[in-house]
Amino acid sequence: MTTTKIFRAAIFLLFTLIGVAGLYFWLQVEFVAAVQIIVYVGGIVVLIIFSIFLTQQSGVEMEKPSFQRTIFSAIAVLCGAGLTGLLIYQHQFAVNSGNTMDDSPQNIGTKMLDYQDVGFALPFEVISILLLAAMIGAIVIALKSNAEES
Amino acid sequence: MSQITITHILFLSTALFFIGVYGLLTRRNMITMLMAVELILNSVNINFVAFNKYLYPDNLNGLFFTIFIIAIAAAEAAVAIAIIINIYRNHRSIDVEDNEEMKF
Repeated sequence: MTTTKIFRAAIFLLFTLIGVAGLYFWLQVEFVAAVQIIVYVGGIVVLIIFSIFLTQQSGVEMEKPSFQRTIFSAIAVLCGAGLTGLLIYQHQFAVNSGNTMDDSPQNIGTKMLDYQDVGFALPFEVISILLLAAMIGAIVIALKSNAEES
Repeated sequence: MSQITITHILFLSTALFFIGVYGLLTRRNMITMLMAVELILNSVNINFVAFNKYLYPDNLNGLFFTIFIIAIAAAEAAVAIAIIINIYRNHRSIDVEDNEEMKF
């Protein structure tokens, strides 16, 4: 049902993320689509492919999941998807078609650094600190065993 | 734009979310589980953008949540891959069944 070659899984993930970026282009949120392509396709997928090269022998196939686990996972997923799909199908969304969304990069940048009521300066700063902490944490974790060996 | 409503986009993101959940439940390789988590985060992003675009087009909250989630996903992937590479150095395996020291 799913591929057993991990490199193919990474390539399929790449095309899925490009498809999601295409959906953003279709929704006319070009800035988010550009961020999606830059961060996901250009960053995360490349990182995942490099970690596959570092940790897997090429050509080795992953073992298939057991039949029992596949069946129970499929049942759980189908029940959840059916319930969610039913809820979405029955709910009447109050679509607001009067206004158009102003998602120009200029407006996004102004809102992101705005510290008034409608601004997002605080989450922006929190995300900046989080990214810094994650970067330092990733470097420390990756260096740890080298220091122990030497 | 007129034929495809918000319901269809939500069906798509539901499918993407549960494909990610299926991958997370069946796979036992840490890198593929990380890929499944990326799929789940992407479906959440699609939901935020669709709700912002169709229901509340006069503000940009959903768009900002999407951008912040993308940033957090990048940080999460970097830390997760550092941990995975460290585990591989110590155990020569990134299968979750082989790494049971922290189980209890």
